[in-house]
Amino acid sequence: MKHLFSFIAAILMASSTIAQTIEVCKSCPISSLKDAITQAKDFDTIIVKKGTYKEYNIIINKPLTIIGKKYPVIDGELKGEIITIISDNVTVDGLFIINVGTSYTEDYAAIRVQKSKNFFIQNLVLEKLFFGIYIEKSRDGKVFHNKIIGDAVEEYNSGNGIQLWYSKNIQIEHNFVQHVRDGIYLEFSDDCLIKNNVSTLNVRYGLHFMFSNDDTYQNNTFENNGAGVAVMFSKRIKMYQNLFKENWGTASYGMLLKEINDAEIIGNIFEDNTIGINIEGSNRINYKHNTFTNNGWAIKVKGACYTNKFIENNFLYNSFDIAYNSNVNDNEFNKNYWSNYTGYDLDKNGIGDVPYRPVKLFSYIVNRTPETIILLRSMFIDIIDFSEKVSPVFTPDDLLDNNPQIKKLTW
Amino acid sequence: MLKILKYSFYDLMRSRWSYVYFAFYLLLGVVLLFLNNDLSKAVITLMNVIIILVPLIGTIFGVMYYYNSKEFTELLLAQPLKRSSIFLGQYLGVALSLSMSLILGLGIPFMFYGLFKSSAIWDFSLLLITGTFLTLIFTALAFNIALSNENKIKGFGYAILLWLFLAVIYDGLFLMTLIMFEDYPLDKLSLVGTMLNPIDLSRTLILLKLDISALLGYTGAVFKQFFGTNFGLIVSFIMLTVWVVLPVLRITFKAKKKDF
Repeated sequence: MKHLFSFIAAILMASSTIAQTIEVCKSCPISSLKDAITQAKDFDTIIVKKGTYKEYNIIINKPLTIIGKKYPVIDGELKGEIITIISDNVTVDGLFIINVGTSYTEDYAAIRVQKSKNFFIQNLVLEKLFFGIYIEKSRDGKVFHNKIIGDAVEEYNSGNGIQLWYSKNIQIEHNFVQHVRDGIYLEFSDDCLIKNNVSTLNVRYGLHFMFSNDDTYQNNTFENNGAGVAVMFSKRIKMYQNLFKENWGTASYGMLLKEINDAEIIGNIFEDNTIGINIEGSNRINYKHNTFTNNGWAIKVKGACYTNKFIENNFLYNSFDIAYNSNVNDNEFNKNYWSNYTGYDLDKNGIGDVPYRPVKLFSYIVNRTPETIILLRSMFIDIIDFSEKVSPVFTPDDLLDNNPQIKKLTW
Repeated sequence: MLKILKYSFYDLMRSRWSYVYFAFYLLLGVVLLFLNNDLSKAVITLMNVIIILVPLIGTIFGVMYYYNSKEFTELLLAQPLKRSSIFLGQYLGVALSLSMSLILGLGIPFMFYGLFKSSAIWDFSLLLITGTFLTLIFTALAFNIALSNENKIKGFGYAILLWLFLAVIYDGLFLMTLIMFEDYPLDKLSLVGTMLNPIDLSRTLILLKLDISALLGYTGAVFKQFFGTNFGLIVSFIMLTVWVVLPVLRITFKAKKKDF
């Protein structure tokens, strides 16, 4: 055992003496990142000093650590892709990358990771980009503390901030993404962790899942996007403690679930969205400890949703709590707090004695004739809602919260 | 006119009904704020009160005052006074005393609650402004009804009917029209329909504050312009003013021609 340790120590010592540091600056012998990479040996460190380097198509084909000092600018001059990583164990840290080329045939990225393992991308600032960080067919990487600010206006000619394609076990933390098409986009990517990111003002979605399973996203903020988060065709996604805010507009949602199975949605906050959660064809999902405040629709269910459970959530001052477009229901609502609840609690056990019916007739009418929204909160509407509550005809009659809470839930 | 206004105003200030009205709002405000402890909920309840109760009280009170002070009015008519100033003075006396009860009754509890420090101050002032507008409109409508009907019972009946129509029946007809013509683009129609009813108009004004996230969910350029910008607010206020001016003009017109 002792021998083994000393052996490893010896190897480490040896490698640290072999690994060299190469400096890149305008007046140094090596004045471009490309030259530095060709001259570097495996496991060398390249330090890029402050300055502007007009380079693109930089290919990192060996395990290197590239560190920028005081944010050197790598300017792609809109000619194409800027950095491509095709080797394992690459670290890129502290660069300011701007002017990625736009193309309608190729997805140029500021930094692309291709078929690599154990990469580490951190502290980058990306501006004027097409795609930001594009990770394809790679695994076990980390993307930390990056700031991506695009200038996307239209969906068809803009790219995504951080895109994962056929990748596994990637950690994306503390990134700040703004003004791109999709803030973070996962396609065919499993076991990823997306944590503490802020994704705002994006043209399409703050975060977008497609055919990706077993991923977790938590403590993220999605504000003012075309739609907050779209989770589509994925299984076993965990969504914890995220904030979805001010996603306003016609097709705008805090969260869009389409063909999602076995997910967990716990402890999220949905605030001032046109639709808090829009659900289509999603089954066996647990909604727990979420707070829906001041949304147009807290939850809109569009059919083919079975055995979902909505337990212990707060529904506060939403124009509509739940909307259904049919009168069939297979979902369970229990122990939620509804600010619109008007029942009483005679036995003082904190649970209302009369069940609460979260679906109103008016939400059914608005679904059919959207212009009638202008009659919201009118006395006539209150009267027909009341009569529907007494004898449901158009809304599912078994959709009840049998244990509505009297006081707002806190956890 | 100012003298008559002053007289009517003081007369009403001394009357029991103003105090009852004032006490009612005071109580409502206190109960909502101090027992509920939730400002957002209080504002929603207040909205319901304002768009239903204020018009009702305005109509009933207006008709009642007119019939009650009829003898005094006849006495005034014998004096060398302009008819329009007699009736406008009375109208303004009633409308202003009602508005004052409303503003003070709701304002005082909210002031003690610490409204000036809270962010709800704009929602709340909007509520009070629409409440005042509704008082002005419905008192004027009530005076119109009373002027056109010598029979007290008939006058009261019409007044109640008017309130019922604008508060409930109109919305029912409106909803049916919208559903019937659902295949056509309806956003202009629905906005025009709203403009034609002062209660709906005030409701829309308040919705702009409370439910804007739901309203923005509907596609339609006209809707979007109306609700998404200040355009809606401005147009609604202009329409409310028109709704005050038209009945008042009819009061003066009718008063000039009427035989006593």
